[in-house]
Amino acid sequence: MKRALWILAVLLSHWRRHPMQFATLLIGLIAATALWSGIQALNQQARTSYDRAAAAFGGTRTPMLVATSGGAFAQQLFVDLRRASWPVSPVVEGRAQIGGRSVRLLGIEPVTMPIEASAATEIGRTGAQAFLTPPGQALIALETLASLGLTEGATPALSDGTPLPPLKLQPQLAPGVVVVDIGIAQKLMKMPNQISRLLIGSTKGPRASLESVTGNQLRLVQPDAETDLERLTDSFHLNLTAFGLLSFFVGLFIVNSAVGLGFEQRLPMLRTLRACGVSARQLNSVLVLELVSIALIAGVIGLVCGYFIAASLLPDVAASLRGLYGAQIPGQLTLKPEWWFAGLAISIIGALLAATSSLLKAVRLPLLATAQPYAWQQAQHRWLRLQGTGALLVFIAAGLALWLGDSLIAGFFVLAALLLGAALALPVILGIVLAGGERSTRRPLITWFWADSRLQLSGLSLALMALLLALAVNVGVGTMVESFSRTFTGWLDGRLASEIYLNAASEKQASEIKTWLKTRPDVQAVLPGSRTDVQFNGAPIELLGFADHATYRDQWPLLDSTSNAWDRVRTGDGALISEQLSLRMKLKLGDHLDVPTPTGNWPLDVVAIYADYGNPKGQIGVNVDALVKHFPDISQTRMGLRVTPGDVPALITAIRTRFGLDGRNLADQTTVKSESQAIFNRTFAVTAALNAFTLGVAGVALLTSLLTLSNSRLPQLAPLWAIGITRRRLAGIELLKTLSVALITSLLALPLGLLVAWCLIAIVNVKAFGWRLPFHVFPLQLIQLLCVAILASLLAALLPIMKLLRMQPTTLVKVFANER
Amino acid sequence: MLTVRHLTKSYRSAQELVAVLRGVDLDIAAGESVALTGESGSGKSTLLHLIAGLDEADSGAIQLGEITITGLTDSARAALRRHRLGLVFQQFNLIPSLSVADNLAFQSRISGKHDAAWQSELIERLGLGALLKRYPEQLSGGQQQRVAIGRALASKPLLLLADEPTGNLDEDTADEVLKLARDLVARTGCGFLMVTHSVRLAATLDRHVHLHAGLIA
Ligand SMILES: Nc1ncnc2c1ncn2[C@@H]1O[C@H](COP(=O)(O)OP(=O)(O)OP(=O)(O)O)[C@@H](O)[C@H]1O
Ligand SMILES: [Mg+2]
Repeated sequence: MKRALWILAVLLSHWRRHPMQFATLLIGLIAATALWSGIQALNQQARTSYDRAAAAFGGTRTPMLVATSGGAFAQQLFVDLRRASWPVSPVVEGRAQIGGRSVRLLGIEPVTMPIEASAATEIGRTGAQAFLTPPGQALIALETLASLGLTEGATPALSDGTPLPPLKLQPQLAPGVVVVDIGIAQKLMKMPNQISRLLIGSTKGPRASLESVTGNQLRLVQPDAETDLERLTDSFHLNLTAFGLLSFFVGLFIVNSAVGLGFEQRLPMLRTLRACGVSARQLNSVLVLELVSIALIAGVIGLVCGYFIAASLLPDVAASLRGLYGAQIPGQLTLKPEWWFAGLAISIIGALLAATSSLLKAVRLPLLATAQPYAWQQAQHRWLRLQGTGALLVFIAAGLALWLGDSLIAGFFVLAALLLGAALALPVILGIVLAGGERSTRRPLITWFWADSRLQLSGLSLALMALLLALAVNVGVGTMVESFSRTFTGWLDGRLASEIYLNAASEKQASEIKTWLKTRPDVQAVLPGSRTDVQFNGAPIELLGFADHATYRDQWPLLDSTSNAWDRVRTGDGALISEQLSLRMKLKLGDHLDVPTPTGNWPLDVVAIYADYGNPKGQIGVNVDALVKHFPDISQTRMGLRVTPGDVPALITAIRTRFGLDGRNLADQTTVKSESQAIFNRTFAVTAALNAFTLGVAGVALLTSLLTLSNSRLPQLAPLWAIGITRRRLAGIELLKTLSVALITSLLALPLGLLVAWCLIAIVNVKAFGWRLPFHVFPLQLIQLLCVAILASLLAALLPIMKLLRMQPTTLVKVFANER
Repeated sequence: MLTVRHLTKSYRSAQELVAVLRGVDLDIAAGESVALTGESGSGKSTLLHLIAGLDEADSGAIQLGEITITGLTDSARAALRRHRLGLVFQQFNLIPSLSVADNLAFQSRISGKHDAAWQSELIERLGLGALLKRYPEQLSGGQQQRVAIGRALASKPLLLLADEPTGNLDEDTADEVLKLARDLVARTGCGFLMVTHSVRLAATLDRHVHLHAGLIA
C-alpha cells in the first residue's frame, strides 16, 4: 500500500511540473461530462416545452364535464356535484384582448384543481395564498409577457378597461395564456356564476351518478388519447435522445484523446519506474487509481459546469444551487440525482475505456522496445491495420443490421456503428490521403510536410476523431432539426388551413350558424368537414371528408399524386390515402379500395398519398358530399371558415356571443399555429445552442491535443531550424499542416453527418413511428459549419504556433543537447 | 554471486533471425567490479537487459544470489530489480518531474528500504548537497549521472549494472564519476558490472571481459 502511494506520488509529480498538461487532461474530462449533463438538462427542458405545446394545442389529460348544449353552464352544478362527492374543479375559459393582442384567459380554482391537470399551471404551494387573496395574480409565461411588452407586476387593462391583477411570471405556462382565479375571470369575462367546464380529479370513491345530480345538462368528455402533436413531439424527442447518445460518443472520444495524451507524455517515466522495480500489474493499478480519482474530480466539475451552461443556454430557466440537489422548483433547471450518478459514471467509465487502449499499448509493447522509434512505428502500423479492420467489421455489422434488423434498437445500432466505424476508419483514410500527397511530389520540404503530417497522425488521431464525430453529429442533428421544422410548419399549415375552426353543438345549430355566416361579408368561405371511423381490411381507419376548395388543393401535403387527383376526389370515386395507410397496407397510386359503408361498398381509386405525421391510424380523404351520401347519418357539425386574418378576432367574438361556443369548439387557428410554432422554435433554438456547444468542446479537444503535441514536436522541428528554415516559416508550415488535416477531416464529416441524419429520419423514425420525415439537405448550413470547423481548428492551432514563434533559440538548441 | 550460464538471445528483424548472444557465461563475485567491452552492436546492452530481467532470454540461466532470474514472472522480476539491483542505464534516466532529492530516494522508498543515514552519506559522497532542490533538466550531464548512481545504490543492491554511464561525459568528468561509483561500490560491498567503450576506464576495474561474436572471451 505504501509502495502504491509512493508510485502515485511519482506519477502525480509529472502533473505538478506540467500544470498545463494536467489542465488539458482535466479540461477534456470536464468537457465530456459537461456535454453529457448539459444535454440531459436541455433534453428535459425540451420535453417540458412539448408538454406545454400539447397543452396549448388543446389536448386534455383529465376527463371533464362540459355542457351538453355546448356553451357555459351554471356554477350551481359545480356545487351540486361537489356535494355528491364528485372531485370536480371549475374552469372558466375565454379570450381577452390586452393591448390589441388576443390571449386565452383561464380562470381556475387552485384548491380543488386536480394534481394531474395542474402541471401546466402549477402554482407553488406558497404561491397559492397570493394567487387567491386580493388583488390576486395573473400568471403568464415569459414569451407572452415579452410579446405584450410588459413586465412582471404590471396591471394591464383589457379592451373594455378593466385591469388584470398584477402579472406574475410562471415559466411552465403555455404561451398566449393568462391564468387568474376563477372569481376574477368570471368578472373579467362578464360570466357571473358561469363555468366553461369541470375537470374531474382521479380521486376514487362512491359518488352519485351524473344524471342523478345534473340531469342531462352535462356530459362527460374522456381525456384525449395522445394527440397527433404529442406523437410528433415524441418523435422529435426520440431524435433528441439519439442526439444525447451521439454526444456521449463525442464525449467519449474527447476523454479518450485527453487520457491517451496523458499516457504518451509519461511513457519515459513509466519505463523508468518499471526498470526501478515496479511490476506492470502494480503500475497499471496505480495508473487506474490515479485515473479514477482525476475522473471523479473532473466529473463533479463537469456536471456542475454542464448544468450552468445548459441553464444559460435556455431562455427561461434559472440555475440555482438548490436545483443542483434535484429540488423541483418551477422555472428552474433541476439536476436529478441519477444524473449525478450517471455523469460521474460516464466520466470514470470514459476515462477507463480510454485508458484500456493506452494501458494495453504500454503493457503490450515490451519495456525495452518502447525506446526504439522503429518498434513504436511498427506497433503504430499494426494498430492502424487493426483499426482499419475494426472499422470494416463495424461497417459490415451496420450493413447487416440495416438489411436484416427491423426494430428501433437495430436503427440505433446502425447509428452507433456508423459513427464508431467512421471514427476508426478516419486515421486510416487520413494516412492514405497523406501518403498519396507524399508520393505526388519531389520537392523535399513538401515531401517532409506530408511525411511529417503522417507521423503526427497518431498523436492527433483521437482529437481528429472527436472533431469528426462532433461535426458529423452537428450536421446530422442540424439537418434533422431543420427537416423536422419544415415538416412541422408544413403539417401545421395543412392541418390548420382554415383561419377559424368551428364545431357546432348540434346539426340544428350548425345549419343556423351556416345561415348566419352567409350574412357576414368577412367570411370568404365555409368549408364543411366530416369524419367517421370504419373497419377496413381488419383495421380501424379514419374516413375524412373535406370540401372541394382551393384551400385543400393548395395546402394538402401530398407526397405523390396522379395528375387529376383533385378532380377525381370531387367526383367521389378518388381517394387520398395517408402515408401510414399506404405503407401498412402496401397501397400504391391507382390501387382500388372497397370501403364498407352503411349504403354498401364504396369503390374508390387511390389518386394521391399524403403526409399525416403523428397520426397512428390510417386515414382516407374523400369529398365531403360523397362521404355524406354514403354515410347518411354522419354528423355534420364541423366546418372551417376562411377569413381575412384581421377580421378573425371580431368574428370569433360575434360567434361566441351569438351561439355560446367555447374554446374547444371555436378555435382561432392562426393563434394556435403561431403559439405552437413559438414553442417549437424555442426547442429548435436549444438544439442550435447544443450544436454550438458540441462543436466548442471538440475545438477544445483539438486545442489540447495540439498544445501537448507541440512540445513533443520540437525534436522534429529543431533540425529543420538548424539547417536554416526560419521559425516563421516553420510556424507557417505547422499551421498549414494542422489546417489541412482538419479540412480533410471536416470534409469527411459532411457526408457522414448526412448519413447520420438520414439514419435518424429514415430508419429510427420510421421504425419508431411508422412515418418518414422528408429529408432535406441544406448546403448553406453545411458550408457554414465547414467554415466554423476550420475556424475552430485555426484557433486551436494558433496557440501552439505562437509558442513556436516566440520560442528562444536556446530552447531549440537544447533539443540537441537532450538528444541521446 | 551472479552466475550466467549458456545464455542465448536472438532478435527477429525484418526477415532474418539475428543471434546476438550465442551462449554467454559470466561470473561475478560479491564485491567484484567487472568491465564489459565489445564493439557496437555486439550485444552488451542486451546482456545487461537480460540480467536486469527487462527482457527474456531464449535459453540459458541467470542466477543472482539464490534466485534464478530466468523463468520468473514479471512481478517477481520487478521485485528483484527493486530489492537487489541498481541500474544506471541511459534510457532509464532520472524522472524529470522529481527533484534530485526525490530521484535519489525513490527506488529505496518503493522497495521499503529507505535509510536516512545512508541517504545522507550518499549525498555527501556524491557532492549533491547543494543540488537537492533542483530538477534533472537543471543539472549538467556529470551531475545527472551522479544522481543516477546515487539512486541505484540508495536501496543497497546486490549488484550494480551500468550501461556506458560515462558515455556522454568528457574524460575528466568520466574519471571522477567512475571513481565515485567504485568507491561507493566498495563501501556497500555489492557487485558491479559496467559496459564501457573505453579500455582506459575498463582497466580501472577488478576484471575486464570482452564480448565478441555472441560469446565472452
Ligand atoms: N528490439 C530489437 N529488435 C531487433 N534487434 C535488436 C533489438 N535490440 C537490439 N537489437 C540488435 O541486437 C544487436 C545488439 O544490440 P545491443 O544494443 O545489445 O548492442 P550493444 O553492444 O549495446 O551496442 P552499443 O555499443 O552500440 O550500445 C544489435 O545488432 C541490434 O541491432
Ligand atoms: Mg548498448
